[in-house]
Amino acid sequence: MSKTFSDLMREARAEIREVTPLEADALRGNPRAALVDVREESEWEQGHIPGAHHVAKSYLEQQIEAYVPDRATPVVLYCAGGVRSLFAGQTLRAMGYRDVVSMSGGFQQWKSLGLPWTQPSLLSEEQKRRYSRHLLIPEVGAEGQAKLLGSKVLLVGAGGLGSPAALYLAAAGVGTIGIVDFDVVDLSNLQRQVVHTTGRIGEKKVVSATAAINALNPDVEVVAHDEVLGPANVAQLIAGYDVILDGTDTFETRYTLNDAAVAAGIPVIHASVFRFEGQLTTFVPFEGPCYRCLYPTPPPPELAPGCSVAGVLGVVPGIMGLLQTNEALKVLLGIGDTLAGRLLLFDALDASFTELKLRRDPTCPACSDAAVAARAAGAPLAVPSATPTATEGLVFPFPAPTREVPA
Amino acid sequence: MSTVRVPPVLRAQAGGAKALDLPGGTVGEVLAALVAAHPGLSDQLFAADGTLNRFVNVYVDGQDVRYTGDLGTAVGERDEIVILPAMAGGAG
Repeated sequence: MSKTFSDLMREARAEIREVTPLEADALRGNPRAALVDVREESEWEQGHIPGAHHVAKSYLEQQIEAYVPDRATPVVLYCAGGVRSLFAGQTLRAMGYRDVVSMSGGFQQWKSLGLPWTQPSLLSEEQKRRYSRHLLIPEVGAEGQAKLLGSKVLLVGAGGLGSPAALYLAAAGVGTIGIVDFDVVDLSNLQRQVVHTTGRIGEKKVVSATAAINALNPDVEVVAHDEVLGPANVAQLIAGYDVILDGTDTFETRYTLNDAAVAAGIPVIHASVFRFEGQLTTFVPFEGPCYRCLYPTPPPPELAPGCSVAGVLGVVPGIMGLLQTNEALKVLLGIGDTLAGRLLLFDALDASFTELKLRRDPTCPACSDAAVAARAAGAPLAVPSATPTATEGLVFPFPAPTREVPA
Repeated sequence: MSTVRVPPVLRAQAGGAKALDLPGGTVGEVLAALVAAHPGLSDQLFAADGTLNRFVNVYVDGQDVRYTGDLGTAVGERDEIVILPAMAGGAG
């Protein structure tokens, strides 16, 4: 027996419970619930409910499990007027989703009631192709890509760690990349600093890195800071950035950067390398420890030589710089678990990772409650000197280098 | 015996060893055994008052001993102790 549209609607209404836009808005506040927009791409681009997943009805069977893997998740479906979402509800019920409702009146009624909606930033056709592999990932998608394009990341150092980070952040479409570096490209840099080239030896590193980034992705705006980061300019250098990648070579810079980033509330992705090994963590102010919680004082210089003295396997800063980039992308996209409160040790010879738990130091002069209150009162707590000084009687643990290689 | 992982920056003073199996029921005892075997490490690990230097962190099974009893932290037979000094390298 053939059925009319009215028959199908009656059956769908009997099977799928409908909720009003106001009820749907209340469900939106439930972090367990999933709001799914089943309209076509062109409709979604005209505006949608914030936080909704977009799974067009024509792709529902194929794609819903990627967005809503748990069949017990409460699902609120909506379309333009409340019809397609009812039929989409039947599909989900047939697939085993137990708690599915359809929003009556659809997005049109939602808007007419003055409920919040957002219009996604539109990607150009070229951007859709360039970032197509990101757009296919539900956790990124067009919304995530737009977030990246609107993000600002500061690289402190365009060297071993900063080089791979610069290239992959640019490739990922991070819209603004700031680079702080005062150095020039040297032949000895090219064993690991892959953002620079033989042809650019002698050029300023910020100029060389800008050329590489522009060549890779014209979407990215590079802000070059050809200067040394220090206490006098740090606050101004980091202002306005969403995330900072610490790829510096000295303790002084690391402490200066830490203190300013904590005060400004900007996460710092930290990495350091030595020969075959690396350390990595993410300092998210007040969520996890800061650099001073981890290392309250710097070691004497003999105990912490830089790469120019001790050497480093070129791929190690490459790996650590990319892990920093991974952390930065997660922070920008708001996905996954960062390394806040965890330190990752990498050993290239063993090909092993070790994870250590980090804690906030309740007496930290940079990020403790007392430190925050003191800063607010205009009288920041004293911090230990960031300039490493030799410990009396310390035994030099390294064979003296026969030849110092320029950084 | 517990295993002490020696960081690269301290290996020259530990005879080049990357890891050492050492006796002791607490972190203090294990590190004392380490320093007895390799006296050159003493100044790197300990301040003049016998406490750990502030630029060196020590972890037992991934936990910072500063929060678990410092040098008095108990160490089991198969526990791994990681010594973690700050490293500066990055840009160069």
